[in-house]
Amino acid sequence: MLTFNLLVAVCAAYVGFLFLVAFAAEKRARRGRAAWLRSPLVYTLALSIYCTGWTFYGAVGYAARSGLEFVTIYLGPTVIMIAWWALLRKLVRIGRTQRVTSIADLVSSRYGKSTALGVLVTLLCIVGTTPYIALQLQSVTLAFAVFSPTEAVDMNGTALWVALGLALFTIVFGTRNLDVNERHHGVVIAIAVEAVVKIVALVAVGAFVVWSVAGGTGDILRMIEASPIAEYRVQPERWVTLTFLAGAAFLCLPRMFHVLVVENSDERHLATAAWAFPLYLLLISLFVIPIAVAGLAVMPEGANPDLFVLTVPLEFDREGLAMLSFLGGFSSATSMVIVAAIALSTMVSNHIVLPIWLSAGQGGATVSGDVRNVVLLARRMSIAVVLGLGYLYYRFSGGGEALAAMGLIAFVGVAQILPALIGGIFWRGATRIGAGLGVSIGFAVWIYTLFLPSFGVGDVLSAATFEAGPYGLALLRPQALFGLDGMDPLVHAVFWSLALNTGAFVLGSLLSFPHPLERLQGATFVNIYRYSDSARGWGRSFVEAEDLLVMAQRIIGPMEAQALFVSVAAEQGKEGYLPDVTPEFLERLERELSGSVGAATAHAMLGQITGGVTVSVEDLMRVADETAQMMEYSSQLEAKSEELQRTARQLREANAKLTTLSIQKDAFLSQISHELRTPMTSIRAFSEILMDGDQMNRADRRKYSTIIHDETLRLTRLLDDLLDLSVLENGQVTLNEAPATVGAVLDRALAAIESRAEPGSLKIRRERAREDLPIYTDADRLAQVFINIVSNAQKYCDAEAPELRIAVQEIGGSVAVDFIDNGSGIPKASQALIFEKFARLTDQRAAGGAGLGLAICREIMLRLGGSVDYLPGQGGAAFRVTLPRAEAMAAQ
Amino acid sequence: MGGRVLLIEDEPNIIEAIRFILSRDGWAVDVHSDGATAIDAVARRSPDVIILDVMLPNRSGYDILADLRAAEGTRDLPVLMLTARGQKQDREMAERYGASRFMTKPFSNSDVLTSVRELVGS
Repeated sequence: MLTFNLLVAVCAAYVGFLFLVAFAAEKRARRGRAAWLRSPLVYTLALSIYCTGWTFYGAVGYAARSGLEFVTIYLGPTVIMIAWWALLRKLVRIGRTQRVTSIADLVSSRYGKSTALGVLVTLLCIVGTTPYIALQLQSVTLAFAVFSPTEAVDMNGTALWVALGLALFTIVFGTRNLDVNERHHGVVIAIAVEAVVKIVALVAVGAFVVWSVAGGTGDILRMIEASPIAEYRVQPERWVTLTFLAGAAFLCLPRMFHVLVVENSDERHLATAAWAFPLYLLLISLFVIPIAVAGLAVMPEGANPDLFVLTVPLEFDREGLAMLSFLGGFSSATSMVIVAAIALSTMVSNHIVLPIWLSAGQGGATVSGDVRNVVLLARRMSIAVVLGLGYLYYRFSGGGEALAAMGLIAFVGVAQILPALIGGIFWRGATRIGAGLGVSIGFAVWIYTLFLPSFGVGDVLSAATFEAGPYGLALLRPQALFGLDGMDPLVHAVFWSLALNTGAFVLGSLLSFPHPLERLQGATFVNIYRYSDSARGWGRSFVEAEDLLVMAQRIIGPMEAQALFVSVAAEQGKEGYLPDVTPEFLERLERELSGSVGAATAHAMLGQITGGVTVSVEDLMRVADETAQMMEYSSQLEAKSEELQRTARQLREANAKLTTLSIQKDAFLSQISHELRTPMTSIRAFSEILMDGDQMNRADRRKYSTIIHDETLRLTRLLDDLLDLSVLENGQVTLNEAPATVGAVLDRALAAIESRAEPGSLKIRRERAREDLPIYTDADRLAQVFINIVSNAQKYCDAEAPELRIAVQEIGGSVAVDFIDNGSGIPKASQALIFEKFARLTDQRAAGGAGLGLAICREIMLRLGGSVDYLPGQGGAAFRVTLPRAEAMAAQ
Repeated sequence: MGGRVLLIEDEPNIIEAIRFILSRDGWAVDVHSDGATAIDAVARRSPDVIILDVMLPNRSGYDILADLRAAEGTRDLPVLMLTARGQKQDREMAERYGASRFMTKPFSNSDVLTSVRELVGS
């Protein structure tokens, strides 16, 4: 009979053996002879921490209670390993290139190094893992109890000792050193050994059951047929849910992520694991049903089926086999706890302790050595805390059925990370807000619908809450959320937590806007293969000095680059342009390059070309910053030069305006000069003729005197017009506005023309119908306009019987006075010109005007608030004078 | 003395004055008032001297002068240029276009007479 003490001694020896194995592995690894330690086989075996004590013992119990449903726990990872191999490869690639240390780190890093997300995921993992650790402690203590039916085993004491032992092992091997990649050779090799022990143990028990208890394979199959296990019906929704859940847990459980991604040393190991690990799972599950069937057949009624793996060999007095089985279970439990503790402590120290310590103001001034100590201390304390929590949970939950169900419940908890994880590596649009919302909501729903109810009715949640919902809100019943009744509680919780989680994640991502860092990280993670196309790993690539020279020439110029390379080569005692690529040389080159392109860019470029330095996100961000600064600077320059150009353009425009004005002024002066000199020429010529013309006859004398007189009048008129125009143009004119009618003003104008000139041949025909239209205007000025237009008609109308029609009409609130003659009119090309100064069209001699008449008319009408326009298409020359109608006068 | 003068001018009173002054001295004076047809008038009248105003209806005196200087038969024909825009650049223009002599309005009668005499005499 195995005694309790012997059992303890065996356990101690086994743990001691593991210590030795781990220690030896660490030693070899330090000497750099760890190649076999990092083989695909070891990686695959390490993955077997998926099979914990719960799987080792509990699978048989699960089968005894629910038939084949236990298979789903193995089916999930198998599906992932085989069908979602690409997903795993991407995760591993991201983990390796981004130096991810835990699942919390990956999620936080993906979403812009979000501290809050890191803390959230860490907390979720702690809550999800603590019961799991408690479960392992329970399985070990139960196993102890099986071997000592007679002695009263101090269960809690045993659990405490196991927890302490595990804490010690984990601290010793899990925090020996601070590896940048968080790889632990000793631990990995130890759990690989444990993986072998547990599969050997389970296969041995299975073989014993099949060929010793039963009479061979045929016999056991008949027993299975006859057992109640065969009668269990598969529940499709539970199968699908559990398979999915197991797959999700395989990815999201902290310890699985740690072994799968963090401890992975070579991507190609994944290819081996993709077939080897499912094979391991097949082997470990092969004998579950036979052991369960045999247990049900040979063990007394009421025996705990969870312990059949131990109790069946003991029933047949196979103590050696039982001991092996015990060690298998012990291995399963301890390996899980060790890796889980390492993974969790990494998260706790990196995402909770260090940020607090750094923000407490200690970080800035300390040297790196201090930080290392702080990190190590934080790790060790975190391990102790994690295991302490597991122990406390075990103590206070009191073991039993509640704990046994905990495995699946923990699965659902950590599965809440899945949407943010998958979304993060496949969807660039996923944002921090979305991930935070999704994980929080999923976490909350999980706690409410599954975790709290798992303590049983009346413990945390009252019976009333279960029956009618909190505060009587039936929609919020924890196991029938939103009225979804009659579902398996687990399926119900998985459905709601993940549906709401994913919904919030997608919606939050779509509605929020990512930070630059988030965007950059998103792109890096989603397109990880583009950012790191090396499956060969760093360091193996060999950088040629020539490549560096090519790059340096482009950046600092050929002469400078060659001079630098020659001088470095000379310092190394070499001739020519190509020095050996030493770290010192690279550092110097980087300094030289920084001068040209900025430190970050130089670092990134050298990193790219040597392949020895990872280009971190911070590097890229700094590159982006520098580029942004340069762009800002150049855009400032651009703005300046634009301003200058604008000023220059304004100056040019002003200058052109002045030039135009000057040209116009010159042209005007030239015109005036011509207009003044022409009459003066006549006056001077005839004065001289008269002066020396003694023998001139009387008629000639009279004729020439008359010419002089007329030309003098012409000069006076010209000067009057010029002064008039000048006054009008300067706006200095004073208007004497008063009520009047068009007819009255026309009367005045025509009378003035008649009195002034000899009665011409022009016949004026007035259409008097609307001449009584009231206007409010300066009658003298308006008459001046009318006189100008009528006298133009007198001068220029070329008809046989010249006739001018004057018609008054009202057009849209304005008064229009049209002057239309029956001549040939003004050519279309000249119509635009006639209102310009000195714009005489025909032979001016006949007209005798200075060419300012219409220009003056235009200015007058402008002052009177009206206009004068040429009216084309009327047969002869036609002018329309438009005036505002006086409404007030119309009323009188 | 005597000879044929072609006066190309559009201002009636000035035509009257110049005609009077030159006729009194024995010159035969032909008058043409339209710029556009001035070249034809020169060909038709074949004058000994031309008095040419700058500001003419339809065509500038400078253009007419340029045509005269470009044509074989009239290249050396004496041309007295008259302008009412007595500015410096007008004199320069006249010289550039090849005017034999340039006078600004108002002019002295004796100057016109002397100029015509000298131009034909030379």
